[in-house]
Amino acid sequence: MTVLLLGEVDNGTLNMDATAKAVAACKPLGDIHVLCCGAEAADAGKEAATIDGVAKVLVAEDAIYGHRLAEPTAALMVSLAGDYDHVVAPATTDAKNILPRVAALLDVMVITDVSGVVDADTFERPIYAGNAIQTVKSKDAKKVVSIRTSSFDAAGTGNSAEVSDVATGDAPGLSEWVEDHVAESDRPDLTSAGIVVSGGRGVGSEEDFAMIEKLADKLGAAVGASRAAVDSGYAPNDWQVGQTGKVVAPDLYVAVGISGAIQHLAGMKDSKIIVAINKDEEAPIFQVADYGLVADLFEAVPELESKL
Amino acid sequence: MKILVPVKRVIDYNVKVRVKGDGSGVDLANVKMSMNPFDEIAVEQAIRMKEAGDAEEVVVVSIGVKQSQETLRTALAMGADRAILITAADDVHTDIEPLAVAKLLKAVVDEEQPGMVLCGKQAIDNDMNATGQMLAALLGWSQATFASEIKVDGDHALVKREVDGGMQSIKVKMPAVVSVDLRLNEPRYASLPNIMKAKKKPLDEKTADDYGVDVSPRLEIVKTSEPPERKAGIIVESVDQLVDKLKNEAGVI
Ligand SMILES: Cc1cc2nc3c(=O)[nH]c(=O)nc-3n(C[C@H](O)[C@H](O)[C@H](O)COP(=O)(O)OP(=O)(O)OC[C@H]3O[C@@H](n4cnc5c(N)ncnc54)[C@H](O)[C@@H]3O)c2cc1C
Repeated sequence: MTVLLLGEVDNGTLNMDATAKAVAACKPLGDIHVLCCGAEAADAGKEAATIDGVAKVLVAEDAIYGHRLAEPTAALMVSLAGDYDHVVAPATTDAKNILPRVAALLDVMVITDVSGVVDADTFERPIYAGNAIQTVKSKDAKKVVSIRTSSFDAAGTGNSAEVSDVATGDAPGLSEWVEDHVAESDRPDLTSAGIVVSGGRGVGSEEDFAMIEKLADKLGAAVGASRAAVDSGYAPNDWQVGQTGKVVAPDLYVAVGISGAIQHLAGMKDSKIIVAINKDEEAPIFQVADYGLVADLFEAVPELESKL
Repeated sequence: MKILVPVKRVIDYNVKVRVKGDGSGVDLANVKMSMNPFDEIAVEQAIRMKEAGDAEEVVVVSIGVKQSQETLRTALAMGADRAILITAADDVHTDIEPLAVAKLLKAVVDEEQPGMVLCGKQAIDNDMNATGQMLAALLGWSQATFASEIKVDGDHALVKREVDGGMQSIKVKMPAVVSVDLRLNEPRYASLPNIMKAKKKPLDEKTADDYGVDVSPRLEIVKTSEPPERKAGIIVESVDQLVDKLKNEAGVI
């Protein structure tokens, strides 16, 4: 059996972490062919070829795949899908956009955000904000699956798989990229960082959120936020952790001024060690924290930062 | 332009779900049900677009059990003009899969010919995040997912999307399917007079059979289990003790 895996290519660069984790998840499913597509994808293809367990890399380089708009990318994947039993991608926002479209075009029910691969037809996925885990068995001939990357360890590198070009399609002319609004940062990526420091509504303002960032920088950590902090404008949207934001599982997660609503827990409760700093000893976050500190964050955070 | 908004009846987001002891699913008998929060945002957006003169009519549609009628009445009370209920299941525990929902919605779109379908990006029960994309595929329409801003401009819509790296703006050709994210707007509460008025608004009742769509599931649910439980740890007395624990006990810094 063979797997077609959509590599995560962002402006010509391979997102190694997300792609290698999805490769690891697919190991039990058979030979893995990674598709790298984009306006520039050749370099990403070369990178993907180094991931252990990859049998082949397919490169589709064409301006129509720039910014990986759903319509042309889905059409490309459907044109290739005939040879494969599984069509897979890491569950990034790009893949969440593209894969259900692929599945519908193949008349297959998509299986999203898979946290466990039981066998070729059977998968585990969290439902109800992670409050239940459902095991589903697909009756479709082909399986279209997205992988929750935080549930898998990345495959290693050192491989040199064969790389070949594949035929590109015509632009469907349905949508156009206009612009990206992306803040460049030297901090580690939220979904792959070993340590994450997150701030919630308790931080109180965008200015004071700098305190959270300072603590994060001291720890070499990524910065996260609750929905309330993002909605209030303290932090940008791509920092949101939770059911409908990013799912993280770092070695250390520090939740500051976050109450611990189930929608937030959904995104971080698989972290190895959880620290909660909250002035309300009744806050539900303490029920999942390994170490809780009942304190005013405006005193505790600067003190912690100075003692590290 | 007509806007079609699909809405789903789901467990209220404040309710703590309980997995049934026999592993057959989540207990939904006698728990509070509400409109999926993302769908509320989609309804609100459609109404605002009507108020702004970008749309003439807002039609809401729900697919599921008969009780979804209440969800449709909520949408009508918010300001939608009429509703379509497609009964496709008898048991409140039956979840119609996004592929089947998309096929039914396609049939409704073929009949209603809306200029835009506005839907929630995901349902907070199955967390699938798929219906809008699947519908766009079946219709051969453009799609804009995870919208946090929508501007209609003639035969195009400019949509700002929440993505992993931040935001992305795209321009989609109409008709389009747009799925909405949390920060698009804050849904209004229905006022009492509007709740009364909603009772008189048209609500068409159909079944999946009327559209000739097979809603039988492609995914067999093998079992539903509790996630591994996380136990509370300890409360530390001071920042010093916290630093000590992190260094010497957990070894994470
Ligand atoms: C459909 C839907 C999806 C959602 N998705 C997400 C999601 O993906 N991620 C997410 O995070 N949320 C999500 N939410 C929102 C979620 O339900 C909560 O509203 C949110 O997580 C609350 O954020 P918070 O903990 O920062 O704020 P609050 O609940 O207001 O908590 C603030 C905390 O700060 C503490 N505090 C205040 N001042 C201080 C101080 N000086 N020192 C110390 N502590 C202090 C308080 O004691 C309190 O516990 C979603 C909700 C819905 C309906």
